[in-house]
Amino acid sequence: MRYLPLTETDRVGMLATIGAATIDDLFVDVPASARLSEPVDLPAHSGELEVSRALGALAAQNRAAGAGPFFCGAGAYRHHVPASVDHLIQRSEFLTSYTPYQPEIAQGTLQVLFEFQTQVAALLGLPVANASMYDGSTACAEAVMMAARVTRRRKAVLSGGVHPHYASATHTLAHSAGVETRRLAAAVDGEAAVIAAIDAETACVVVQTPNVFGTVTDVSAIAEAAHAAGALLIVVATEAVSLGVLKSPGEMGADIAVAEGQSIGNGLNFGGPYVGLMACREALIRQMPGRLCGETVDAAGERGFVLTLSTREQHIRRDKATSNICTNSGLCALAFSIHMSLLGGTGLASLARLNHAKARSLRAALAAIEGVEILTPRLFNEFAVRLPAAAAPLVETLAAKGVIAGVPVSRLDPGAGFDDVLLVCATETTTDEDIAAFARALNEEIAR
Amino acid sequence: MSVVSIGRPTRPASEPDAGFKAHSGRGLLQDEPLIFELGGWEKTGVDLPADPQGADLDLSDLAGLTRDTPLALPGLSEPETLRHYVRLSQKNHAIDLALYPLGSCTMKHNPRLDEAMARLPGFIDIHPLQPISTVQGALALMDRLAHWLKTLTGMPAVALSPKAGAHGELCGLLAIRAAHEARGDARKTVLVPTSAHGTNPATAALVGYQVEEIAQTGDGRVDLADLAAKLHDDVAAVMVTNPNTCGLFERDVIEIARLTHEAGAYFYCDGANFNAIVGRVRPGDLGVDAMHINLHKTFSTPHGGGGPGAGPVVLSEALAPYAPAPWIVRGDSGFDLIEHAEGEAAQALGRMCAFHGQMGMYVRALAYMMSHGSDGLRQVAEDAVLNANYIKTRLSGVMTAAFPNGPCMHEALFDDRWLEGTGVTTLDFAKAMIDAGFHPMTMYFPLVVHGAMLIEPTETESRREIDRFCDALLELAAAVQAGDVERFKGTPFHAPLRRLDETQAARKPRLRWTPPGA
Repeated sequence: MRYLPLTETDRVGMLATIGAATIDDLFVDVPASARLSEPVDLPAHSGELEVSRALGALAAQNRAAGAGPFFCGAGAYRHHVPASVDHLIQRSEFLTSYTPYQPEIAQGTLQVLFEFQTQVAALLGLPVANASMYDGSTACAEAVMMAARVTRRRKAVLSGGVHPHYASATHTLAHSAGVETRRLAAAVDGEAAVIAAIDAETACVVVQTPNVFGTVTDVSAIAEAAHAAGALLIVVATEAVSLGVLKSPGEMGADIAVAEGQSIGNGLNFGGPYVGLMACREALIRQMPGRLCGETVDAAGERGFVLTLSTREQHIRRDKATSNICTNSGLCALAFSIHMSLLGGTGLASLARLNHAKARSLRAALAAIEGVEILTPRLFNEFAVRLPAAAAPLVETLAAKGVIAGVPVSRLDPGAGFDDVLLVCATETTTDEDIAAFARALNEEIAR
Repeated sequence: MSVVSIGRPTRPASEPDAGFKAHSGRGLLQDEPLIFELGGWEKTGVDLPADPQGADLDLSDLAGLTRDTPLALPGLSEPETLRHYVRLSQKNHAIDLALYPLGSCTMKHNPRLDEAMARLPGFIDIHPLQPISTVQGALALMDRLAHWLKTLTGMPAVALSPKAGAHGELCGLLAIRAAHEARGDARKTVLVPTSAHGTNPATAALVGYQVEEIAQTGDGRVDLADLAAKLHDDVAAVMVTNPNTCGLFERDVIEIARLTHEAGAYFYCDGANFNAIVGRVRPGDLGVDAMHINLHKTFSTPHGGGGPGAGPVVLSEALAPYAPAPWIVRGDSGFDLIEHAEGEAAQALGRMCAFHGQMGMYVRALAYMMSHGSDGLRQVAEDAVLNANYIKTRLSGVMTAAFPNGPCMHEALFDDRWLEGTGVTTLDFAKAMIDAGFHPMTMYFPLVVHGAMLIEPTETESRREIDRFCDALLELAAAVQAGDVERFKGTPFHAPLRRLDETQAARKPRLRWTPPGA
């Protein structure tokens, strides 16, 4: 077995050192009735060639996004990841290291986290960011629970523009912690509706921009309304690239901002692993979940970095911790940070503008089709279109023709009454030919 | 050692806030400033496709919605980027460099085939919401992974979506809570042994349970009498790690399960240490109702400096109906995904996260499982246990094993009795290991053992590497016994940095870079 260095001779010699006759002597504490005498009923070991053949066959049954016209967004986005990003995250010293609990020999990871936190704070427009969460949806759930701790209130209001999966994950986790969540009716352009739902027990309002229908909103007025009622504003962004041009959550008055960072440095991966971004106002640090990296000095006075404020965390505080999170999304955060370091602020702004331009082209092409109505009033790189028929079957039909047309709202939110609405997205990876192929195929199907 | 500095950019030594040295003073190990100190505020290392509209792009759609000030982050060219990150990488320890003996963390070799498989376009470049008909291979892979996990654990169901071990614990406890609520029997307490991982009580508290601790016996196991005394009709679950964090198998595990069930509670097993028994013991045969499996431990998906992990949860028949969405079903026309907790799936506890969990980790874990096969996985457990017992035996002559009688499982636990009166602490000894060329073991955990040193070698170490490790520790221990305290105080001396001031970091937190003078 290629991954196991011990030889039979080693094993015999080591057992002799231990004073055991057989390996079974080391498993004596297992109740006799539970000891398996034979391997379980699964295939025996395989060589590299066999495994790569078997998994390659499964991979080949999937239609890769890059194989043709592709327009899915709605929380996961196909962007180009520079080759150097994937090369660097496969450096042994990053890939095969553990959480940096021994800072003297983990400065590489720690400095990366400090740089990551600085980048995320700038992107979200707030002073403090943590070292990452599992993904955007769980970051959203954690933010709601954090707001409940800060305000000592137990109700959260979510706008109808919050991604339905985010709302669902937030409900599951927050409900378990005794926080009641209320998601308003799905609406293409209704973030401001949360204002009317705020009352004296509201811990936080959660709004998303661009929202799941692609609509961009200035949420400053919502911030004012929330703050006037003693509630916090949580702003969610699922498309991190949008923050290259759009007002940051902090600029609009957010107390906590969360985002999905997958768009920068990370592939689609069928939904994970991704990287949750989270930032907040300075005063809220001690209620923040997750790891934080801070600057300090070593015994010789040299600058260095350590994980800090760990008295918030489960390994110190146990049942009094701010969260149960332990593992974060370190390697995805590294990929994010490397890609962000390549882009810089100017590069991200250009990338964002290019995405916007592609989406405008897509909008123009689809708007020209009879029977198609553009619903999203202010878009960044994705938008909702109303079709003359149910979206889900149409998407399947177009897929059979080689065009992955987007995400039917009915898939995300079956009962919302948006069965004829399709969410489409364009990024820098979308070509004019892709757009033309989509418009042609859609036109044909609608005309049929 | 003097290093020629001609041609190397240096800062004047008198500059007060240089923040870093131009060179570390250690041969070719370069010092490296923060990216924010490298300039590059105007540049970018990415050449985007030509934008036909250039600066004239119509932003009218975004009127009043654009940033007030441009995003101030530096960009680096590709060569600068490579230098920056490769230099940083050289300040990290890694399993590819040497043994990484962190007890309870399971740092084992990460096969590169697994990385290659996860990067196939058919896995890395598929969208979680693209049509089901276009991702049949991905669903087949998840189904196959589920089959392996269920077979290895002897459990009937698995929820794949939890994103890490603690997220899996949360999923398991939510299922338990849902099961109790469904029969009108809401309960308030979760029992956890004193030796448990911090995530166990943290998760139980998050779900709204009160946490009560179960005492430990003198031989490092759950005290059955204490458990029986604390099991009443308000206990929802008993959470036990098995093998436990002392590296010992809970001999009475079947009795623990029986007592738990008798009280109407569920038995949650923390599966962080499943690597010690995989292929030799099925948790389903022990009476377990729910157990998370850290794919980044037992099935060797890389730790990546702190994640991502993956924490699928296997469930008993009683808990299976409450598994979160989504899950896979097999129909006449192939695989389908149930993504909403409604209709026939209405009992599901909802959704743990957006989308379907850690697909990238599923591919790696399945590649690992298929490579080992049922025979190899059994060998994994045996070699992990053999290596740990070998270390325990070799070091017990000098260091004091916390539980000397009987074998350990995959990790060997020592206490600090042997350091008493020497002036050397567990921390000193561990930090001195760095200068001796090894990453320290887990220290001061589990909390039930004084000055704990928990060593987990895993199965992917050769006898030669383990002997090298033991020799180094014995040499250090001899220095302790010889009274050479000075050798330990202030270590490490040869790492990229000396001991870090964690108190200062916490007292006045600096959590991001700010421009000088800002």
